[in-house]
Amino acid sequence: MEEESDTRKINNSFLRDHNYATEADIISTVEFNSSGELLATGDKGGRVVVFQREQESKSQPQRRGEYNVYSTFQSHEPEFDYLKSLEIEEKINKIKWLPQQNAAYFLLSTNDKTVKLWKISERDKRPEGYNLKDDDGRIRDPSTITSLRVPVLQPMDLMVEATARRVFSNAHTYHINSISVNSDLQTYISTDDLRVNLWNLEITDRSFNIVDIKPANMEELTEVITSAEFHPQQCHTFAYSSSKGSIRLCDMREAALCDKHCKYFEEPEDPSTRSFFSEIISSISDVKFSHNGRYLMTRDYLTVKVWDLQMENKPLETYQVHDYLRGKLCSLYENDCIFDKFECVWNGSDSVIMTGSYNNFFRMFDRNTKRDVTLEASRENSKPRAILKPRKVCVGGKRRKDEISVDSLDFSKKILHTTWHPHENIIAVAATNNLYIFQDKIN
Amino acid sequence: MSATTAMEVNAEARRILAVSISKLYASRTQRGGLRLHRSLLLSMVMRSARDIYHSSRESEELWGAQPTSEEPMETGSCSGEQTVLPEPQPEPQPAMISAEPPSDEPDSEDEGCDGETAEDKENMSPTKQSRKRRGKAAAAPDFLPSKRARLEPGEERHAAPPGSCRAGAGESLIALSLNRVIPAF
Repeated sequence: MEEESDTRKINNSFLRDHNYATEADIISTVEFNSSGELLATGDKGGRVVVFQREQESKSQPQRRGEYNVYSTFQSHEPEFDYLKSLEIEEKINKIKWLPQQNAAYFLLSTNDKTVKLWKISERDKRPEGYNLKDDDGRIRDPSTITSLRVPVLQPMDLMVEATARRVFSNAHTYHINSISVNSDLQTYISTDDLRVNLWNLEITDRSFNIVDIKPANMEELTEVITSAEFHPQQCHTFAYSSSKGSIRLCDMREAALCDKHCKYFEEPEDPSTRSFFSEIISSISDVKFSHNGRYLMTRDYLTVKVWDLQMENKPLETYQVHDYLRGKLCSLYENDCIFDKFECVWNGSDSVIMTGSYNNFFRMFDRNTKRDVTLEASRENSKPRAILKPRKVCVGGKRRKDEISVDSLDFSKKILHTTWHPHENIIAVAATNNLYIFQDKIN
Repeated sequence: MSATTAMEVNAEARRILAVSISKLYASRTQRGGLRLHRSLLLSMVMRSARDIYHSSRESEELWGAQPTSEEPMETGSCSGEQTVLPEPQPEPQPAMISAEPPSDEPDSEDEGCDGETAEDKENMSPTKQSRKRRGKAAAAPDFLPSKRARLEPGEERHAAPPGSCRAGAGESLIALSLNRVIPAF
């Protein structure tokens, strides 16, 4: 008896003291839909969880709509490529919503090799009163049927179903890093390390290759594509970023194969900052058009840059995300953090940009006032209705009371994925396996 | 560069090379297969480290540092020069260099390796072998690390004196790894 209670005590304290996050729960992508009503997250286990905003109640106008789980489904399963003897991870790399055109919601989700179109629809009625079977499905004995009746639709508890409507597979030799829906709402692109493919949403057995940077001899490879996005308004324009820190803007009207860019954005490297790791930290991890279509934002390891589409030779604005890491690149290389791919996001009016960092910090930069803020997504600071306190990293010398020193930063807690509501100041931040949703302070 | 900073840089470069190689081999067993982007970045770091290692070694020699202890490194790094991109040059070079007939190779070797021609000739056969294998790899993807691991000790027996095996191994691993990182696909 005593032994049993000891075991129980050990088990309880073990579970309490260790933060168990199974790897499958790690969130790998977050995305608001175009109205902001829905928020989708994808995780390493291949699942998609969709949150829906509560309707704001008239009786409590100060209580803004909160997001609750709306639907959960398994989007991708682990697969095995028998030809290459490779496992294909089920991790969801990206989710993109299609704008709503009827009562159902549609989203594209992708893992390393396959893109799927999912339909999420509600069912709140079901037919009752069949002639040949009972309401619970049992077949009725035909000899007992004496009259005919017309089945009627009766209300039922709301059920949200997700069904895979299209599966777009076998078009990528390399790992898919991004997908982007065209403003024509008929086509989309999927991008891997060396190629960009154009699909029609209705056709799954065929895609057009529009960019191919694979060299004839793979030994001559010097750069890969890291991300691609369609222009938000011009259906013929898209941009793709490279591991060398450049962005190419392409026009699909010029040629079937868009290997020749029409604009090339690159900032010349500052020779004074050259190091072993210059190539790694200049690799662009994310590229996003502004909502108005006039700017491009890129994220590399240490900075976020805003480019004017009319100016190719240098960015319009450069923001330092965590420049204090510049002197620590060697350790960050050893612990693999230097390969982390941070995303960046615009707010609805393109006046503020946001990106993540380490220690569960994320940063916002106001482009007009040039002010920036560092916030933290953590359980201790995130009681409901609590106001987030700005954080500060101490770079050297005297550390003030609230500051945290660079050496105390937790590099296992990284915020790679964030998203901003299209119209309001609501943000969703993924911190490993936790999702944080923050809203503007209500006056 | 002073002798001490050259030595520090040298040690740093070697350390980064060692870390990079272990990352390269670890990535082969990763779930989801070899990631092209990551492999490319790793090979770039290894290349920079190798370049800096060479230039720091040259400045060490300028300061009268012992060249003999460096010879085993030469062996491996010469084959590295041969099969991997020369420092600032663009990419077509390595394919062309290794495609050239053996008689041409000592020339390019002399440029890089202070005329260690005898050892270079010994290095040529492994590279010729590896050239063939590289072709095969390009044609049919071959991810089995055990094949390459077996190849390397064989090369080492040819190329380097026994005492320097471990040091040489690191360099010739780079030689193979740098140009195999990509053709693995």
